[in-house]
Amino acid sequence: MKDDRYEIRFGGSGGQGIILAAVILAEAAGVYEGYYACQTQSYGPEARGGRSKAEVVISRNEIDYPKVIQMDLFLAMNQAALDAYFFDFKPNGLLVVDSTFVKQLPSSRAISIPFTRIARDDIGKELVANIVALGAVGLLSRKFSSDNLEKAVIARVPQQFRDINVQALHAGMKAASEVDLAYLPRSVTTDEEKEV
Amino acid sequence: MPEKVERLRHDYLRHDKKFPHVWCPGCGNGIVLGALIRAIDSLKLEKDELVLASGIGCAGRMPVYVDFNTLHTTHGRALTFATGIKLANPSLNVLTVMGDGDATAIGGNHFIHAARRNLDLTAIIINNQIYGMTGGQYSPTTPYGSKAATAAYGHIEHAFSIAELAVTAGASFVARGTVYHVPLLDKLIAQGISKKGFSVIEIISNCHIQYGRRNKMGDPVTMMQGFKDRAVTVEKAATLSAEELHDRITIGVLTDVDKPNYTEELQKIRDIAKDKS
Amino acid sequence: MTEQATRQVLQGNEAIVEGALAAGCRFFAGYPITPASEIAELMSLRLPAAGGTFIQMEDEIASMGAVIGASLAGVKSLTATSGPGFSLMQENLGYACVAEVPCVVVNVMRAGPSTGLPTSPAQGDVMQARWGTHGDHPIIVLSVSTVSDCFDITVHAFNLSEKYRVPVIILSDEVVSHTREAVFLPAPEKIEVVERIRPSVPPEWYIPYEDNSRGVPAMAVLGDGYRHHVTGLIHDNKGFPTDRPEEVNAFQRRQFRKITNGFYEIQMTKSFMMEDAEVAVIAYGSVSRSALHAIKAAREKGVKAGLLQLITLFPFPKRNVDPVLRQCRAVLVPEMNMGQISREVKRVNLSSKVVTINRVDGQFITPTEIYNKLLSM
Repeated sequence: MKDDRYEIRFGGSGGQGIILAAVILAEAAGVYEGYYACQTQSYGPEARGGRSKAEVVISRNEIDYPKVIQMDLFLAMNQAALDAYFFDFKPNGLLVVDSTFVKQLPSSRAISIPFTRIARDDIGKELVANIVALGAVGLLSRKFSSDNLEKAVIARVPQQFRDINVQALHAGMKAASEVDLAYLPRSVTTDEEKEV
Repeated sequence: MPEKVERLRHDYLRHDKKFPHVWCPGCGNGIVLGALIRAIDSLKLEKDELVLASGIGCAGRMPVYVDFNTLHTTHGRALTFATGIKLANPSLNVLTVMGDGDATAIGGNHFIHAARRNLDLTAIIINNQIYGMTGGQYSPTTPYGSKAATAAYGHIEHAFSIAELAVTAGASFVARGTVYHVPLLDKLIAQGISKKGFSVIEIISNCHIQYGRRNKMGDPVTMMQGFKDRAVTVEKAATLSAEELHDRITIGVLTDVDKPNYTEELQKIRDIAKDKS
Repeated sequence: MTEQATRQVLQGNEAIVEGALAAGCRFFAGYPITPASEIAELMSLRLPAAGGTFIQMEDEIASMGAVIGASLAGVKSLTATSGPGFSLMQENLGYACVAEVPCVVVNVMRAGPSTGLPTSPAQGDVMQARWGTHGDHPIIVLSVSTVSDCFDITVHAFNLSEKYRVPVIILSDEVVSHTREAVFLPAPEKIEVVERIRPSVPPEWYIPYEDNSRGVPAMAVLGDGYRHHVTGLIHDNKGFPTDRPEEVNAFQRRQFRKITNGFYEIQMTKSFMMEDAEVAVIAYGSVSRSALHAIKAAREKGVKAGLLQLITLFPFPKRNVDPVLRQCRAVLVPEMNMGQISREVKRVNLSSKVVTINRVDGQFITPTEIYNKLLSM
């Protein structure tokens, strides 16, 4: 049995909707795509502000360790979260950042998309930046169909905010589809450094 | 009259429980037990539907003697057990009997919250102003200046007034009686049990062994004479000044108000929840 | 229902609620505390719809009292808390032991004594669960490691509690309780639910604490006509307080005997790759997931490693641990405490080397830590 874990981490600050985005992604994986999925988080005592981290592990096999061992994909919604949670990034992993807030990149395997600016200017509501990012992450991971992502979003958000969230999701997917991953450099480190 | 006593004894005391009881000769607890039985008899309540729960201490030993569903719980927690019982089966008549230390020291938090919550329970609190069973240590109702096993030089704290505390905390029915005014006591307990909502009956009682003896208050009869002399009805008390009321015992019904019934409110919530799901 | 509709992503704490409801729990009393509050929150939503009762009490002692009261009145009852609240419950938990009142207590453990690290995972309350209440007493302590465990073990906890008339403690931790995981919940008709045995004799013949072959007396419910006395004092078989040595002795020994009689079904463990294992990990709770990952990695390196996952922590499953200690040259016990279960393993060990990993910094033990240790054993 080859381990086919795919590990995603979301980093941001409390109130940015990081945990909600991770929950929706886990539901898209577990309920609609038929993967095994685990979603975990760590948080401090603050309800707003402070750093917030959420993780999703998906696999076609039963998942033992529920947290990230080495990230395949890391979404960083601001600079502080990127700096704090970049450790255990897989050499050939993919870094996705909100370029509205992230200015310094620790890896050349990075994709910059201004999620918050898109949410604010194109959708008209900054609060849905997390869903814009979710759209991009879902697409870039190549593990999800856009239909299933949409179903998961609709199942989670309140009825009156359904349209704006679906719009946000598609805006994120569109922004991500314009990225050509083939142009990203390969890592100079090898998989030998991979942890168990 | 003797026939009635005989019948009450036969109907309400446990035949298979070994008497004598644990209380000292002259203790007011037996008077309270008698009043409780007479009140229940007057209301014609089914024994199967009656629950009497107690905490720890002399008052805590009361349930074991009566032929109801009875519980002797942990110190101060009788009301918490009673809360679970009443919520699980609202058709039961749930009564608690506690002492002053039990109800207002270790169980003080449960007491005020039970009053605030206003679940349909009856709390009988025997206030003898001391921890009797453990040997006469001061309780939250021990008067300022009294001697106690833990106040050898005189007590420097101030006493709770249990009934007034219950009124402030939100109980629906609050009354105070003494073990001297027995016919009134029968009536107050019956009223408390009948009341839908949280009811409190504070009963001033004598602990001549642990409290009276240390404070030179004489034998049980003398202490009860004191209750008689100091008692003043709620109606009379309303006409007296604070100075005149000093050291008096206000007896009667202090409050009797109607509030939404907890178990009915709970049923409303269930109906809303069922509609939504 | 379609397969898709029954597959859900649930948090561990949510699965505990679903398990409790499936087991017939209709009463919850609790007090807010991180990281257990989701259980109370979801119960306040779900119980009224199921015709049950949720109440937020003034503190944890009160919660435990209300849970015992409701169970005595015939309703299966649950409370959930974390370390500090669990300490407050201990006095009434002892009452539930001595009065033999079925109930289930969930403790989502946190790090450190006192307020500790409220949002970090730890396994610090293992011994509190066993010996937290005063006096000699039997108790059942189960642990959960995955979201589907949270459902299954909660059902099981209620069943054992009803069958043996004993409080059952479920130990969870922050990782298990807050992990959301895709799970299939079994259909209600597939779930085995056990109910306490009620008296079959007429009320006038009922002896509330009468011994029998199982050591578990039939339990009447308040209000069903079997009027009797329930007390925290040591009591005779009629339920009345006693200090007669022969009655006290009979009572105390029956309390233990009823659990000993049930060892075979109470003591639950799971084995992974143990058939040919030369080194083994003995783990419980979330750490057993790290351990499972680590033994697979160790096997890839040619190390014959296995895992014994403890589901029942107390009564300590010596029967299942003993063969592992005999089979393996060394066992590793990783825990998020200073060694509460490793001490138990060492207590029953006669033949093997027992190594530990003790992590008390509020961080989850990783597979790498276990893997590296396994390779050095």
